Amino acid sequence: MDAIRLDLEGLAARVPDGAKIALPPDYSYCAMALVRTLISRGVKDLHIIGVPALGFQADQLIGAGCVATVETAAVTLGEFGLAPRFSSAIKSGSIRMLDGTCPAIHAGLQAAEKGVPFMPLRGVIGSDLEKRRDDWIVAGNPFEENDPILMVKAIQPDFAVFHAPLADRFGNVWVGVRRELMLMAHAAKSSLVTAEKIVDGNLLEDPVRAAGTIPGLYIGALAEAEQGAWPLGIPGSYDADAAELGRYVEMARTEEGFADYMAGMNKVAAE
Amino acid sequence: MSNSTDIRAEEILIAAIAEMLDGLPHIAVGASSPVPGAAAMLARARHPEKTRVSVLGSEDNNFFTDGGKELFDCAGQGRIDAFFLGGAQIDGLANINLVSVGDPDRPKVRFPGSFGSAYMYFTVPRVILFRLEHTPRTLVEKVDFISAPGTSEPNVYRPGGPYALITDRCLFSFDREKGRFRLASVHPGHTVEEIREQTGFGYDEPTDVPETPLPDAETLAVIRGPVAAQIAEIYPAFAADVFGLGKAA
Repeated sequence: MDAIRLDLEGLAARVPDGAKIALPPDYSYCAMALVRTLISRGVKDLHIIGVPALGFQADQLIGAGCVATVETAAVTLGEFGLAPRFSSAIKSGSIRMLDGTCPAIHAGLQAAEKGVPFMPLRGVIGSDLEKRRDDWIVAGNPFEENDPILMVKAIQPDFAVFHAPLADRFGNVWVGVRRELMLMAHAAKSSLVTAEKIVDGNLLEDPVRAAGTIPGLYIGALAEAEQGAWPLGIPGSYDADAAELGRYVEMARTEEGFADYMAGMNKVAAE
Repeated sequence: MSNSTDIRAEEILIAAIAEMLDGLPHIAVGASSPVPGAAAMLARARHPEKTRVSVLGSEDNNFFTDGGKELFDCAGQGRIDAFFLGGAQIDGLANINLVSVGDPDRPKVRFPGSFGSAYMYFTVPRVILFRLEHTPRTLVEKVDFISAPGTSEPNVYRPGGPYALITDRCLFSFDREKGRFRLASVHPGHTVEEIREQTGFGYDEPTDVPETPLPDAETLAVIRGPVAAQIAEIYPAFAADVFGLGKAA
Protein backbone atom coordinates (compact mmCIF):
# COMPACT_ATOMS: atom_id res chain seq x y z
CA MET A 1 0.00 0.00 0.00
CA ASP A 2 1.42 3.38 -0.93
CA ALA A 3 1.94 5.88 1.89
CA ILE A 4 0.09 9.17 2.17
CA ARG A 5 2.60 11.76 1.03
CA LEU A 6 2.06 15.40 1.89
CA ASP A 7 4.09 18.57 2.16
CA LEU A 8 5.05 20.14 5.53
CA GLU A 9 1.83 22.21 5.64
CA GLY A 10 -0.21 19.09 4.94
CA LEU A 11 1.47 17.19 7.78
CA ALA A 12 1.07 20.13 10.18
CA ALA A 13 -2.63 20.38 9.29
CA ARG A 14 -3.15 16.85 10.63
CA VAL A 15 -2.25 17.91 14.18
CA PRO A 16 -5.36 19.37 15.87
CA ASP A 17 -5.26 21.78 18.79
CA GLY A 18 -4.92 19.87 22.05
CA ALA A 19 -3.17 16.88 20.48
CA LYS A 20 -0.79 14.74 22.53
CA ILE A 21 2.45 14.39 20.57
CA ALA A 22 5.63 12.44 21.32
CA LEU A 23 8.92 14.10 20.37
CA PRO A 24 12.53 12.81 20.45
CA PRO A 25 15.49 14.50 22.18
CA ASP A 26 17.88 16.68 20.18
CA TYR A 27 20.24 13.82 19.29
CA SER A 28 17.56 11.57 17.83
CA TYR A 29 16.19 12.89 14.51
CA CYS A 30 14.01 15.89 15.36
CA ALA A 31 11.59 17.13 12.69
CA MET A 32 12.57 20.78 13.18
CA ALA A 33 11.17 21.94 9.83
CA LEU A 34 7.79 20.40 10.70
CA VAL A 35 7.89 21.97 14.17
CA ARG A 36 8.41 25.40 12.57
CA THR A 37 5.45 24.71 10.27
CA LEU A 38 3.30 23.73 13.27
CA ILE A 39 4.28 27.01 14.94
CA SER A 40 3.37 29.08 11.85
CA ARG A 41 0.02 27.32 11.63
CA GLY A 42 -0.61 28.47 15.22
CA VAL A 43 -1.44 25.11 16.81
CA LYS A 44 -2.62 25.48 20.43
CA ASP A 45 -2.78 23.52 23.71
CA LEU A 46 -0.43 20.71 22.70
CA HIS A 47 0.54 18.08 25.26
CA ILE A 48 4.16 17.32 24.35
CA ILE A 49 5.92 14.20 25.59
CA GLY A 50 9.72 13.96 25.61
CA VAL A 51 11.01 10.49 24.76
CA PRO A 52 12.59 10.73 27.20
CA ALA A 53 13.91 14.34 27.14
CA LEU A 54 13.24 17.47 25.09
CA GLY A 55 15.33 20.28 23.67
CA PHE A 56 15.05 22.91 20.97
CA GLN A 57 11.70 21.65 19.59
CA ALA A 58 10.04 22.04 22.97
CA ASP A 59 11.60 25.43 23.68
CA GLN A 60 10.32 26.81 20.37
CA LEU A 61 6.84 25.32 20.68
CA ILE A 62 6.54 26.62 24.26
CA GLY A 63 7.88 30.06 23.34
CA ALA A 64 5.34 30.30 20.52
CA GLY A 65 2.47 29.56 22.91
CA CYS A 66 1.59 26.20 21.31
CA VAL A 67 1.91 24.10 24.47
CA ALA A 68 -0.39 23.51 27.45
CA THR A 69 1.36 20.50 29.04
CA VAL A 70 4.95 19.24 29.06
CA GLU A 71 5.57 15.63 30.10
CA THR A 72 9.26 14.73 30.12
CA ALA A 73 12.31 13.62 32.10
CA ALA A 74 14.11 16.87 31.23
CA VAL A 75 14.20 19.90 28.97
CA THR A 76 17.77 20.78 28.07
CA LEU A 77 19.69 22.45 25.28
CA GLY A 78 22.76 20.36 26.15
CA GLU A 79 25.99 22.34 25.80
CA PHE A 80 23.87 25.44 25.04
CA GLY A 81 22.52 25.38 28.60
CA LEU A 82 19.05 25.83 30.05
CA ALA A 83 16.07 26.15 27.70
CA PRO A 84 15.10 29.84 28.03
CA ARG A 85 11.45 29.81 26.91
CA PHE A 86 10.76 26.65 28.92
CA SER A 87 12.31 28.15 32.07
CA SER A 88 10.33 31.35 31.63
CA ALA A 89 7.04 29.46 31.11
CA ILE A 90 7.65 27.33 34.20
CA LYS A 91 8.40 30.36 36.36
CA SER A 92 5.27 32.18 35.22
CA GLY A 93 3.15 29.03 35.62
CA SER A 94 1.87 29.22 32.03
CA ILE A 95 2.40 25.51 31.28
CA ARG A 96 1.46 22.39 33.22
CA MET A 97 4.60 20.39 33.98
CA LEU A 98 4.56 16.62 34.44
CA ASP A 99 8.08 15.86 35.63
CA GLY A 100 9.04 12.29 34.90
CA THR A 101 12.08 10.05 34.66
CA CYS A 102 13.48 8.46 31.49
CA PRO A 103 12.65 4.78 32.07
CA ALA A 104 9.10 5.62 33.28
CA ILE A 105 8.40 7.33 29.97
CA HIS A 106 9.82 4.37 28.08
CA ALA A 107 7.74 2.02 30.28
CA GLY A 108 4.53 4.00 29.69
CA LEU A 109 5.11 3.86 25.95
CA GLN A 110 5.92 0.14 26.14
CA ALA A 111 2.57 -0.42 27.87
CA ALA A 112 0.80 1.38 25.02
CA GLU A 113 2.89 -0.60 22.51
CA LYS A 114 1.58 -3.83 24.05
CA GLY A 115 -1.97 -2.53 24.49
CA VAL A 116 -1.89 -3.07 28.28
CA PRO A 117 -3.02 -0.41 30.81
CA PHE A 118 0.22 -0.02 32.80
CA MET A 119 3.79 -1.23 33.17
CA PRO A 120 5.59 -1.94 36.46
CA LEU A 121 8.95 -0.28 37.02
CA ARG A 122 11.61 -0.52 39.74
CA GLY A 123 12.96 2.53 41.53
CA VAL A 124 11.24 5.94 41.76
CA ILE A 125 9.44 5.17 45.09
CA GLY A 126 9.91 7.98 47.61
CA SER A 127 10.81 10.64 45.04
CA ASP A 128 8.80 13.85 44.71
CA LEU A 129 8.24 12.85 41.08
CA GLU A 130 6.14 9.92 42.25
CA LYS A 131 4.25 12.02 44.80
CA ARG A 132 3.24 14.57 42.16
CA ARG A 133 2.00 12.18 39.43
CA ASP A 134 -1.55 10.83 39.55
CA ASP A 135 -0.82 8.53 36.59
CA TRP A 136 1.83 6.67 38.64
CA ILE A 137 0.73 4.40 41.48
CA VAL A 138 2.77 2.44 44.01
CA ALA A 139 1.15 -1.00 44.30
CA GLY A 140 2.21 -4.42 45.55
CA ASN A 141 4.02 -7.02 43.47
CA PRO A 142 1.23 -9.65 43.09
CA PHE A 143 3.82 -12.46 43.12
CA GLU A 144 5.65 -11.49 46.33
CA GLU A 145 4.75 -10.35 49.84
CA ASN A 146 5.67 -6.83 50.92
CA ASP A 147 7.30 -5.72 47.66
CA PRO A 148 6.04 -2.26 46.68
CA ILE A 149 6.52 -1.43 43.01
CA LEU A 150 5.64 1.52 40.77
CA MET A 151 2.89 1.13 38.16
CA VAL A 152 3.20 3.58 35.27
CA LYS A 153 -0.01 4.23 33.35
CA ALA A 154 0.24 3.57 29.60
CA ILE A 155 1.22 6.60 27.52
CA GLN A 156 -0.56 6.67 24.17
CA PRO A 157 0.30 9.78 22.16
CA ASP A 158 -2.02 10.86 19.34
CA PHE A 159 1.04 11.28 17.15
CA ALA A 160 4.72 10.47 17.15
CA VAL A 161 6.45 13.32 15.30
CA PHE A 162 10.01 12.83 14.06
CA HIS A 163 12.46 13.07 11.19
CA ALA A 164 14.38 10.21 9.53
CA PRO A 165 17.29 9.89 7.13
CA LEU A 166 15.36 7.70 4.70
CA ALA A 167 11.84 6.48 3.87
CA ASP A 168 10.21 4.72 0.94
CA ARG A 169 7.00 5.13 -1.06
CA PHE A 170 5.28 2.51 1.12
CA GLY A 171 5.88 4.60 4.22
CA ASN A 172 8.60 2.35 5.62
CA VAL A 173 10.93 4.61 7.62
CA TRP A 174 14.56 3.79 8.35
CA VAL A 175 15.80 4.94 11.80
CA GLY A 176 18.77 2.60 12.35
CA VAL A 177 19.71 2.26 16.03
CA ARG A 178 17.45 5.16 17.05
CA ARG A 179 14.91 2.67 18.28
CA GLU A 180 13.22 5.09 20.70
CA LEU A 181 11.60 6.35 17.48
CA MET A 182 10.32 2.84 16.79
CA LEU A 183 8.92 2.69 20.34
CA MET A 184 7.24 6.08 19.84
CA ALA A 185 5.74 4.95 16.54
CA HIS A 186 4.46 1.68 18.01
CA ALA A 187 2.89 3.45 21.01
CA ALA A 188 1.29 6.39 19.19
CA LYS A 189 -2.06 6.17 17.40
CA SER A 190 -0.28 7.44 14.30
CA SER A 191 3.06 8.90 13.24
CA LEU A 192 3.79 11.99 11.19
CA VAL A 193 7.26 11.74 9.71
CA THR A 194 9.57 13.86 7.62
CA ALA A 195 12.48 12.23 5.78
CA GLU A 196 15.60 13.55 4.08
CA LYS A 197 14.75 11.39 1.10
CA ILE A 198 11.81 9.21 0.05
CA VAL A 199 12.87 6.46 -2.38
CA ASP A 200 10.78 4.42 -4.82
CA GLY A 201 12.06 0.98 -3.77
CA ASN A 202 11.07 -1.05 -0.68
CA LEU A 203 13.44 -0.65 2.30
CA LEU A 204 12.20 -3.93 3.81
CA GLU A 205 13.66 -5.95 0.92
CA ASP A 206 17.17 -5.50 2.29
CA PRO A 207 17.44 -7.60 5.48
CA VAL A 208 20.33 -5.47 6.79
CA ARG A 209 18.17 -2.36 6.45
CA ALA A 210 14.89 -3.98 7.56
CA ALA A 211 15.88 -4.44 11.23
CA GLY A 212 16.19 -0.68 11.66
CA THR A 213 13.06 0.17 9.69
CA ILE A 214 9.60 1.11 11.02
CA PRO A 215 6.97 -0.51 8.77
CA GLY A 216 4.49 1.75 6.96
CA LEU A 217 1.69 0.27 9.11
CA TYR A 218 2.49 2.79 11.84
CA ILE A 219 2.99 5.84 9.62
CA GLY A 220 -0.02 8.14 9.10
CA ALA A 221 1.62 10.39 6.55
CA LEU A 222 5.06 11.54 5.52
CA ALA A 223 6.74 14.43 3.77
CA GLU A 224 10.13 14.80 2.16
CA ALA A 225 12.17 17.49 3.91
CA GLU A 226 15.80 17.87 2.96
CA GLN A 227 17.78 19.22 5.94
CA GLY A 228 14.57 18.61 7.89
CA ALA A 229 16.39 18.39 11.25
CA TRP A 230 18.24 21.70 10.75
CA PRO A 231 19.58 23.46 12.81
CA LEU A 232 19.96 20.15 14.67
CA GLY A 233 21.92 17.44 12.91
CA ILE A 234 21.33 13.82 12.09
CA PRO A 235 24.11 11.38 13.06
CA GLY A 236 26.00 10.07 10.05
CA SER A 237 24.55 12.69 7.69
CA TYR A 238 25.01 16.30 8.80
CA ASP A 239 26.17 17.94 12.03
CA ALA A 240 24.17 20.34 14.15
CA ASP A 241 24.59 23.99 13.11
CA ALA A 242 26.18 25.25 16.31
CA ALA A 243 26.26 28.89 15.15
CA GLU A 244 22.54 28.88 14.40
CA LEU A 245 21.67 27.10 17.67
CA GLY A 246 23.81 29.64 19.54
CA ARG A 247 22.01 32.48 17.76
CA TYR A 248 18.67 31.01 18.85
CA VAL A 249 19.72 30.66 22.50
CA GLU A 250 21.01 34.23 22.54
CA MET A 251 17.82 35.69 21.03
CA ALA A 252 15.41 33.47 22.98
CA ARG A 253 16.58 34.92 26.29
CA THR A 254 13.74 37.42 26.00
CA GLU A 255 10.20 37.03 24.69
CA GLU A 256 10.81 39.80 22.13
CA GLY A 257 14.07 38.25 20.94
CA PHE A 258 12.35 34.91 20.56
CA ALA A 259 9.53 36.48 18.50
CA ASP A 260 12.11 38.15 16.24
CA TYR A 261 13.95 34.87 15.77
CA MET A 262 10.80 32.96 14.80
CA ALA A 263 9.67 35.80 12.48
CA GLY A 264 13.04 35.52 10.74
CA MET A 265 12.48 31.77 10.32
CA ASN A 266 9.07 32.40 8.70
CA LYS A 267 10.65 34.83 6.28
CA VAL A 268 13.30 32.28 5.28
CA ALA A 269 10.61 29.60 4.82
CA ALA A 270 8.51 31.90 2.63
CA GLU A 271 11.39 32.65 0.24
CA MET B 1 57.03 11.59 43.08
CA SER B 2 55.06 13.86 40.79
CA ASN B 3 55.40 17.59 40.93
CA SER B 4 52.05 18.69 42.34
CA THR B 5 52.15 22.13 40.75
CA ASP B 6 51.93 20.54 37.29
CA ILE B 7 48.86 18.49 38.12
CA ARG B 8 45.43 19.88 37.31
CA ALA B 9 42.59 19.63 39.83
CA GLU B 10 40.58 17.69 37.23
CA GLU B 11 43.36 15.10 37.04
CA ILE B 12 43.22 14.53 40.80
CA LEU B 13 39.45 14.01 40.58
CA ILE B 14 39.78 11.67 37.59
CA ALA B 15 42.33 9.52 39.42
CA ALA B 16 40.32 9.51 42.67
CA ILE B 17 37.11 8.45 40.89
CA ALA B 18 38.96 5.77 38.87
CA GLU B 19 40.09 4.19 42.18
CA MET B 20 36.41 3.70 43.07
CA LEU B 21 35.73 2.06 39.69
CA ASP B 22 38.70 -0.30 39.68
CA GLY B 23 37.94 -3.67 38.12
CA LEU B 24 34.18 -3.13 37.68
CA PRO B 25 32.73 -4.92 34.61
CA HIS B 26 30.46 -2.15 33.28
CA ILE B 27 30.63 1.57 34.03
CA ALA B 28 28.02 3.87 32.48
CA VAL B 29 28.34 7.63 32.22
CA GLY B 30 25.47 10.04 31.55
CA ALA B 31 25.37 13.29 29.63
CA SER B 32 27.54 16.32 30.50
CA SER B 33 30.03 14.41 32.66
CA PRO B 34 33.55 14.89 31.28
CA VAL B 35 35.43 14.21 34.55
CA PRO B 36 33.48 11.01 35.39
CA GLY B 37 33.75 10.03 31.71
CA ALA B 38 37.54 10.40 31.82
CA ALA B 39 37.67 8.45 35.12
CA ALA B 40 35.70 5.59 33.54
CA MET B 41 38.11 5.57 30.61
CA LEU B 42 41.08 5.48 32.98
CA ALA B 43 39.52 2.51 34.81
CA ARG B 44 39.05 0.79 31.45
CA ALA B 45 42.64 1.52 30.38
CA ARG B 46 43.83 -0.27 33.54
CA HIS B 47 41.67 -3.35 32.90
CA PRO B 48 40.98 -3.43 29.15
CA GLU B 49 39.93 -7.10 29.24
CA LYS B 50 37.55 -6.69 32.17
CA THR B 51 35.94 -3.26 32.05
CA ARG B 52 33.36 -1.93 29.58
CA VAL B 53 32.38 1.74 29.47
CA SER B 54 29.16 3.17 28.03
CA VAL B 55 29.04 6.91 27.52
CA LEU B 56 25.70 8.45 26.57
CA GLY B 57 26.06 10.85 23.68
CA SER B 58 29.22 9.15 22.41
CA GLU B 59 29.46 7.36 19.09
CA ASP B 60 32.75 5.59 19.87
CA ASN B 61 31.85 4.55 23.44
CA ASN B 62 28.23 3.46 23.18
CA PHE B 63 27.37 -0.02 21.99
CA PHE B 64 23.61 0.07 22.69
CA THR B 65 21.35 -0.79 19.75
CA ASP B 66 17.90 -0.94 21.36
CA GLY B 67 17.17 2.75 21.77
CA GLY B 68 17.00 5.01 24.80
CA LYS B 69 15.50 2.33 27.04
CA GLU B 70 18.39 -0.14 26.77
CA LEU B 71 20.65 1.55 29.35
CA PHE B 72 17.80 1.42 31.89
CA ASP B 73 16.84 -2.14 31.05
CA CYS B 74 20.51 -3.11 31.54
CA ALA B 75 20.57 -1.34 34.91
CA GLY B 76 17.34 -3.04 35.97
CA GLN B 77 18.93 -6.43 35.28
CA GLY B 78 22.06 -5.58 37.24
CA ARG B 79 24.25 -5.29 34.14
CA ILE B 80 25.59 -1.85 35.15
CA ASP B 81 27.95 -1.62 38.10
CA ALA B 82 28.63 2.09 38.42
CA PHE B 83 26.93 5.32 37.36
CA PHE B 84 27.25 9.04 38.13
CA LEU B 85 24.63 11.53 39.26
CA GLY B 86 24.82 15.21 40.03
CA GLY B 87 22.40 17.59 41.66
CA ALA B 88 21.62 21.26 41.76
CA GLN B 89 21.20 20.45 45.44
CA ILE B 90 22.41 17.40 47.38
CA ASP B 91 21.51 16.91 51.05
CA GLY B 92 22.94 14.95 53.97
CA LEU B 93 20.67 11.96 53.28
CA ALA B 94 22.10 11.88 49.73
CA ASN B 95 18.77 13.03 48.27
CA ILE B 96 19.38 14.80 44.97
CA ASN B 97 17.44 17.63 43.34
CA LEU B 98 17.64 18.13 39.58
CA VAL B 99 14.31 19.97 39.21
CA SER B 100 14.00 23.36 40.90
CA VAL B 101 14.75 25.69 43.78
CA GLY B 102 11.74 27.01 45.70
CA ASP B 103 8.15 25.86 45.21
CA PRO B 104 8.25 23.48 42.22
CA ASP B 105 5.01 25.00 40.86
CA ARG B 106 6.46 28.53 40.88
CA PRO B 107 10.21 27.95 41.19
CA LYS B 108 12.88 30.60 41.67
CA VAL B 109 15.19 28.57 39.44
CA ARG B 110 14.24 25.72 37.14
CA PHE B 111 16.78 23.09 36.04
CA PRO B 112 16.40 20.65 33.12
CA GLY B 113 14.82 17.81 35.13
CA SER B 114 15.45 14.46 36.75
CA PHE B 115 16.51 12.44 33.67
CA GLY B 116 16.95 8.79 34.71
CA SER B 117 18.12 9.53 38.27
CA ALA B 118 14.99 8.26 40.07
CA TYR B 119 15.68 4.84 38.58
CA MET B 120 19.46 4.54 38.25
CA TYR B 121 19.90 5.50 41.94
CA PHE B 122 17.91 2.37 42.88
CA THR B 123 19.33 -0.10 40.40
CA VAL B 124 23.07 0.65 40.06
CA PRO B 125 25.11 -0.64 43.03
CA ARG B 126 27.78 2.05 43.00
CA VAL B 127 26.38 5.51 42.27
CA ILE B 128 28.99 8.23 42.63
CA LEU B 129 27.62 11.72 43.20
CA PHE B 130 29.66 14.39 41.47
CA ARG B 131 29.35 18.14 42.11
CA LEU B 132 31.98 20.71 41.20
CA GLU B 133 30.42 23.51 43.25
CA HIS B 134 30.90 22.67 46.94
CA THR B 135 29.06 25.45 48.82
CA PRO B 136 26.23 25.70 51.38
CA ARG B 137 24.01 26.63 48.38
CA THR B 138 24.52 23.23 46.70
CA LEU B 139 25.24 20.89 49.65
CA VAL B 140 22.15 21.65 51.70
CA GLU B 141 20.41 20.47 54.85
CA LYS B 142 17.33 19.41 52.88
CA VAL B 143 16.74 19.53 49.12
CA ASP B 144 13.76 21.55 47.80
CA PHE B 145 12.70 18.69 45.51
CA ILE B 146 13.61 15.01 45.68
CA SER B 147 14.38 13.85 42.15
CA ALA B 148 15.81 10.66 43.62
CA PRO B 149 15.98 9.71 47.31
CA GLY B 150 19.34 8.65 48.80
CA THR B 151 17.80 6.10 51.14
CA SER B 152 14.66 3.93 51.13
CA GLU B 153 12.48 1.95 53.52
CA PRO B 154 13.86 -1.59 54.07
CA ASN B 155 11.05 -3.23 52.07
CA VAL B 156 11.79 -1.21 48.92
CA TYR B 157 13.76 -3.19 46.32
CA ARG B 158 17.03 -1.33 46.10
CA PRO B 159 20.25 -3.06 45.07
CA GLY B 160 21.66 0.36 44.17
CA GLY B 161 22.37 3.65 45.85
CA PRO B 162 24.90 6.30 46.80
CA TYR B 163 28.49 5.16 47.27
CA ALA B 164 30.41 8.45 47.46
CA LEU B 165 30.16 12.18 46.81
CA ILE B 166 33.12 13.90 45.18
CA THR B 167 33.34 17.68 44.93
CA ASP B 168 35.97 20.25 44.01
CA ARG B 169 37.04 20.29 47.67
CA CYS B 170 36.81 16.73 49.01
CA LEU B 171 35.60 13.15 48.83
CA PHE B 172 32.80 11.84 51.09
CA SER B 173 31.87 8.18 51.40
CA PHE B 174 28.24 7.32 52.14
CA ASP B 175 27.21 4.85 54.84
CA ARG B 176 23.90 3.35 53.68
CA GLU B 177 23.16 1.77 57.05
CA LYS B 178 23.52 5.08 58.89
CA GLY B 179 22.22 7.19 55.98
CA ARG B 180 25.08 9.62 56.45
CA PHE B 181 28.16 10.94 54.67
CA ARG B 182 31.66 10.59 56.12
CA LEU B 183 34.56 12.80 55.08
CA ALA B 184 36.99 10.41 53.35
CA SER B 185 39.71 12.75 52.05
CA VAL B 186 40.39 16.42 51.38
CA HIS B 187 41.86 17.46 48.05
CA PRO B 188 45.30 19.12 48.07
CA GLY B 189 45.04 22.84 48.79
CA HIS B 190 41.82 22.49 50.81
CA THR B 191 41.23 22.04 54.58
CA VAL B 192 38.81 20.24 56.90
CA GLU B 193 37.79 23.63 58.39
CA GLU B 194 36.92 24.91 54.93
CA ILE B 195 34.83 21.77 54.27
CA ARG B 196 32.91 22.36 57.53
CA GLU B 197 32.18 25.97 56.53
CA GLN B 198 31.16 25.15 52.99
CA THR B 199 28.93 22.14 53.69
CA GLY B 200 25.27 22.76 54.55
CA PHE B 201 24.62 19.30 56.00
CA GLY B 202 26.05 17.35 58.93
CA TYR B 203 28.47 14.50 58.28
CA ASP B 204 30.91 12.30 60.16
CA GLU B 205 34.52 13.43 60.35
CA PRO B 206 37.28 11.09 61.48
CA THR B 207 40.05 12.45 63.72
CA ASP B 208 42.62 12.21 60.96
CA VAL B 209 41.39 13.05 57.48
CA PRO B 210 43.83 12.05 54.75
CA GLU B 211 44.66 14.17 51.74
CA THR B 212 43.29 12.93 48.39
CA PRO B 213 46.36 11.35 46.74
CA LEU B 214 47.93 12.87 43.66
CA PRO B 215 47.98 10.63 40.59
CA ASP B 216 51.36 8.94 40.09
CA ALA B 217 53.43 9.42 36.94
CA GLU B 218 52.07 6.30 35.23
CA THR B 219 48.46 7.31 35.89
CA LEU B 220 49.12 10.84 34.66
CA ALA B 221 50.60 9.47 31.45
CA VAL B 222 47.47 7.39 30.79
CA ILE B 223 45.15 10.33 31.61
CA ARG B 224 47.05 12.73 29.35
CA GLY B 225 47.54 10.16 26.57
CA PRO B 226 44.77 7.70 25.61
CA VAL B 227 42.13 9.00 28.05
CA ALA B 228 42.46 12.60 26.85
CA ALA B 229 42.21 11.46 23.21
CA GLN B 230 39.09 9.38 23.93
CA ILE B 231 37.34 12.09 25.94
CA ALA B 232 38.01 14.64 23.17
CA GLU B 233 35.56 12.81 20.90
CA ILE B 234 32.70 13.55 23.31
CA TYR B 235 33.83 16.71 25.10
CA PRO B 236 36.14 18.62 22.75
CA ALA B 237 35.92 21.86 24.75
CA PHE B 238 36.87 20.06 27.99
CA ALA B 239 39.77 18.22 26.30
CA ALA B 240 41.07 21.49 24.85
CA ASP B 241 40.80 23.29 28.19
CA VAL B 242 42.25 20.62 30.49
CA PHE B 243 44.65 18.74 28.22
CA GLY B 244 45.34 21.32 25.51
CA LEU B 245 44.06 18.90 22.87
CA GLY B 246 42.73 19.79 19.44
CA LYS B 247 43.14 23.53 19.80
CA ALA B 248 44.42 23.80 16.25
CA ALA B 249 41.38 22.03 14.83
